[in-house]
Amino acid sequence: MLELIVISTLNGLLFGMLLFLLSSGLTVIFSMMGVLNFAHASFYMLGAFFGYQLTKWIGFWPALLLAPLLVGAIGMAVERYGLRNTHKHGHVAELLLTFGLAFAIEEIVAMMWGRSPVDYRVPALLDFPAFTIFSTNYPAYKIFMLAVSILIFIVLLTVLKRTRVGLIVQAALTHPHMVGHLGHNVGRIFMLVFGVGSALAGIAGVIAGPALVTQSDMAAALGPILFVVIVFGGLGSLPGAFIASLVIGLIQTFAVALNGSLASAFGPLDPSAGPSVLTDIWNVTIAQVAPIVPYLLLVIILIVRPMGLMGTRET
Amino acid sequence: MNAKMTSTPTSKIVDTTVGDGLRFYGIWLAGIAVLIVLPLIFSSGGSLTSFSLIGIAIVFALSYNILLGQTGLLSFGHAVHYGLGGFAACHMMNAVVSHGWPIPLPFIPLFGGLGGLAFALVIGWVMTKRAGTVFSMISLGIAELVASSSLILRSVFGGESGISTDRTSLPKILGLSFGPQLQVYYLIAFWLVISAIAMYALTRTPLGRISNAVRDNPERVQFIGYDPHVVRYIAFCFAGFFAGVAGGLAAINFEIANAAYLGAIQSGLVLFSTFIGGVAFFFGPILGAILVTYLQLGLTSVTGVWQLYFGIIFIGIVMLSPGGIAGLIMMHRPLVRAGTLPTVIPSYLLAAVPTLALACGVILTIESIARTHSGQGSPINLFGVAFSPASPVTWASAAILVAGGFFVARLSWRRVGEAWDRATTIARDRGYLA
Repeated sequence: MLELIVISTLNGLLFGMLLFLLSSGLTVIFSMMGVLNFAHASFYMLGAFFGYQLTKWIGFWPALLLAPLLVGAIGMAVERYGLRNTHKHGHVAELLLTFGLAFAIEEIVAMMWGRSPVDYRVPALLDFPAFTIFSTNYPAYKIFMLAVSILIFIVLLTVLKRTRVGLIVQAALTHPHMVGHLGHNVGRIFMLVFGVGSALAGIAGVIAGPALVTQSDMAAALGPILFVVIVFGGLGSLPGAFIASLVIGLIQTFAVALNGSLASAFGPLDPSAGPSVLTDIWNVTIAQVAPIVPYLLLVIILIVRPMGLMGTRET
Repeated sequence: MNAKMTSTPTSKIVDTTVGDGLRFYGIWLAGIAVLIVLPLIFSSGGSLTSFSLIGIAIVFALSYNILLGQTGLLSFGHAVHYGLGGFAACHMMNAVVSHGWPIPLPFIPLFGGLGGLAFALVIGWVMTKRAGTVFSMISLGIAELVASSSLILRSVFGGESGISTDRTSLPKILGLSFGPQLQVYYLIAFWLVISAIAMYALTRTPLGRISNAVRDNPERVQFIGYDPHVVRYIAFCFAGFFAGVAGGLAAINFEIANAAYLGAIQSGLVLFSTFIGGVAFFFGPILGAILVTYLQLGLTSVTGVWQLYFGIIFIGIVMLSPGGIAGLIMMHRPLVRAGTLPTVIPSYLLAAVPTLALACGVILTIESIARTHSGQGSPINLFGVAFSPASPVTWASAAILVAGGFFVARLSWRRVGEAWDRATTIARDRGYLA
């Protein structure tokens, strides 16, 4: 049991930090431009596939640097030539544009690399067990993932809170017009922020690709969870997104690891009642429920606290 | 429009309403006549199936437009109501058969509608608390929740295989067994007409008007004493009901309901149909549903990457013409009235050539990439010309078509813009355009 708790906590933290790499970019883009970027998870997927392809051509370490840059460049192009032109038609049009992009990117990825998972492997340098707890080998690559995400988290925090660029970005979050009046090029700030957000998603993709499955439906699987994270944490709140990422990462990891059901806790139902909704709920294991836990949390938080954990504003 | 109405003398208003009324009923009657005559002209099994699918898609898209077009709620989970309606209809059909209730098949879509409505009533109050982006995200989350739950609650949703039923074993009405596709088509057409009239009437009620106001300016709606939340909730319930009707029709048509009915793909398709057709006009979603269903059925046999073309068409519509096809058509109405449309048409024809070339180039590029990567390498047949996907000739012609088409198209569309400006200026002078 202790073993399960330790391993699941580590995995949960890891998944949570990955979620935060994605949700941080998403929430900054959202609060700054009012655009919910539907294609954010697609940038994560592009990161994974670029990482895979570049690893094949030039090796993992250059790919770790190059793939996010590529994804960031694509993100900037999307902002410059897509969103900026659509802005005049309103937020719904912008949201729909990113929705269409997400759809198109998934199809392009499926066209280029097929629909089945690609063979994206952990680099040989990191392919060893880091330590052994209670007979379980914990892979070094996962420790590396955790380290990278924490490093990026610290860098992001420092840039936002301690530098002049961060100051301007923070100001542009709440008062874009005032920032424009002060002589800053708000359009360029938006483009850069969008690019950096996409690049962060790209990094998440490159490092998560070998550990999780790199497949053309990975964006569609992760996208909705990201939205749950940023609604749960409170729209536009970075600390909220951080807490929500960790909470959802931990909850989902623990749920997958647990195998209990109501039937195993309280004994099976009377079989003479026949199959019904009750028996379905009674017999389902926690692991089977794991995929819907984030969405259940979403419904609960909407009923209890509609602005999210740390959210302050009504959008 | 309203401003002009009030400034015209009373007698003229009466005149225009009578004329408009005639034209208005004429359009509806013509639509019904087309629905009746269509299967007599195209009577093959394949076209009957297509017409049935298109009919279902139209009801579904119109129900979606109650949310998106009328109330301004962008939902990413509308298929939930469609799917639940389908399951409700299937369970109802099976119950009718096993209990021997005297309910004939034509009433089953009503129960589908009630299934969609029931879920909307339960979940809608929480969902419609806020509009805009938040509503969109929540709708996505709820859609995922329902889609995932449907695989857990096997006794209701039948797991992966779904719930199947037999439409012919229900009590007969007027001696119709609803075995042949033709009878099912007329059943769908009947429900299509009923639902379309009901949904059109809904846009004309005070509720429909206040929904438009909630879409445009919820704050001012609050000032005049309405609660936007309540209005959104009611609109959401209506949309859920008609989506359920569409789902019930689908259940009758396929005689099965499964988890794919409520999935993200179905939700995406209805969004595509509605938006490509145009959300600002009632007939927009109808056009969109016809086009998207037709493309979906037609493209699947021609290319393996038809979904990519959907995505590209959708992005193109969002970026270039957010009013959709209906918006494009209705843009020309003042020009037709002012008689200046003929001055624009030559520039359209001129622009059509490079635009088509650009489209061909894009298609050629996509197809050669797709066919090279899938390893089948079958030749691309473009207007009777066969291109081998692996040959440099194909790549070169694709590159020339894309680059050349793009530059010439830009120039020619600038000319269209100039011609358009001239035509609208004249139309404005003649008083047909505000």
